[in-house]
Amino acid sequence: MDNNYYDPKDLKKFGDITEWSEELGTKYFDYYGKVFEEGALTAREKALIALAVAHTEQCPYCIDAYTVDCLKRGVTKEQMMEAIHVGAAIKSGATLVHGVMMMNKVNKLDG
Amino acid sequence: MTKLKLQSLHKRESELAYAERQLEILSNGIFKSGELPKFKDKIAEIGQSPLKPKKLEILQINLGYMCNQVCSHCHVDAGPDRKEIMTRETMKQCLEVIKNTGAHTLDLTGGAPEMNPDFRWFVEEASKAGIEDFIVRSNLTIIRANKKYHDLPEFFKKHNVHVVSSMPHWTKGKTDKQRGDGVFDKSIKALQELNAVGYGLPDSRLRLDLVYNPSGAFLPGDQTSMEKDFKKALQEDFGIRFHNLFAITNLPISRFLDYLIASENYEDYMYSLVEAYNPTAVENVMCRNTLSISWDGWLYDCDFNQMLGLKVDSKIKHIKEYNEDLLNNRNIIISQHCYGCTAGAGSSCQGSVA
Ligand code: SF4
Ligand code: SF4
Repeated sequence: MDNNYYDPKDLKKFGDITEWSEELGTKYFDYYGKVFEEGALTAREKALIALAVAHTEQCPYCIDAYTVDCLKRGVTKEQMMEAIHVGAAIKSGATLVHGVMMMNKVNKLDG
Repeated sequence: MTKLKLQSLHKRESELAYAERQLEILSNGIFKSGELPKFKDKIAEIGQSPLKPKKLEILQINLGYMCNQVCSHCHVDAGPDRKEIMTRETMKQCLEVIKNTGAHTLDLTGGAPEMNPDFRWFVEEASKAGIEDFIVRSNLTIIRANKKYHDLPEFFKKHNVHVVSSMPHWTKGKTDKQRGDGVFDKSIKALQELNAVGYGLPDSRLRLDLVYNPSGAFLPGDQTSMEKDFKKALQEDFGIRFHNLFAITNLPISRFLDYLIASENYEDYMYSLVEAYNPTAVENVMCRNTLSISWDGWLYDCDFNQMLGLKVDSKIKHIKEYNEDLLNNRNIIISQHCYGCTAGAGSSCQGSVA
């Protein structure tokens, strides 16, 4: 953490979190591995969801990792961008739908 | 990938046209400084150094570097401007070997092997040897390139040739970016024509396999899931059927190396290959069951070593003095490009190996 908060090399050290809390870390990575296995959704579909979430969470490590993963699985750049728009739409929708809360309050107090 | 260049490295007189320069790059930099381990040391850890052949199963013959395409990743540096072509005399020497070999598979490659003027003669003669699996690596577009090639599907069928063809993606955009404008449409048409004569259909004995390799500086995804995705997309969109998909890793040599360096991806790519190193893949790297023969009859451990000018480390170096037993005693010549064969599920001309 000398000059940057984020360092791409740190992504490779992700597994090290287990060293300071072995049981929880191991359980987490087992769970993580299972989640991304082919299931009712294909591994490709899961990678695309992960990419969209990586953007809404704005995690540079996940964006890096899941962009590469999507490429490896044959996802096209158009599909990747559309997935990000889905994330953005939900994220902005979640902001805007709270506008109704504001409207309700205004109507009640000053209607 | 960067914009497709329309000439080979040789024609462009690029320094990477020279094998020595490529080998120098692969041995220096991050490998010389010790930042990344050398392939030799990596395989020594599992007692595989020197790397030795197992039983010979595949004879791969390169009929020439001429090709109607100039794909951006091509490890052969093939193209219309390459004039290296196997002569009928060398083919005759190959036929002698084919008749007597213990190998069960014959694998013809190029360039576009069909562009060799003696291609059909050679296939006819070689198919008489009764080899179990007779592969021709066809780039598909050649079938549509000129009238004289239109009947290739019938010709392949007549000689029970196993067709293996490249298809980097099931969409036009990604395919054309790697292989050139219009390649996707022509490849689709060619695949439909192969299907029409019976190739690739579920119960057909006429084998049609596709080869997938990534369109940029990343490793291929899992072969089984890629095969599912390819099958679904090609069938839904174009009614195309094929048997298996081989996922192949791009090795950092020739035009792909040129691309890696130009796009500043070389070091990261080598890191990802080394990180993905899978010791179990070493058992089945293709040089252990394959011999590669160049257009001029020299012998190599594999097609990649051929392009790097690394002739077999044996007294027997040319097809005219071929001796399978002596050759099987050789040490395989390796360098850092070999990491491409051992990354992840491993990679060979037949796809994953681990
Ligand atoms: S079709 Fe094959 S041999 Fe021809 S340029 Fe493309 S990769 Fe190279
Ligand atoms: S590049 Fe050739 S010599 Fe090296 S491991 Fe692969 S097949 Fe063997």
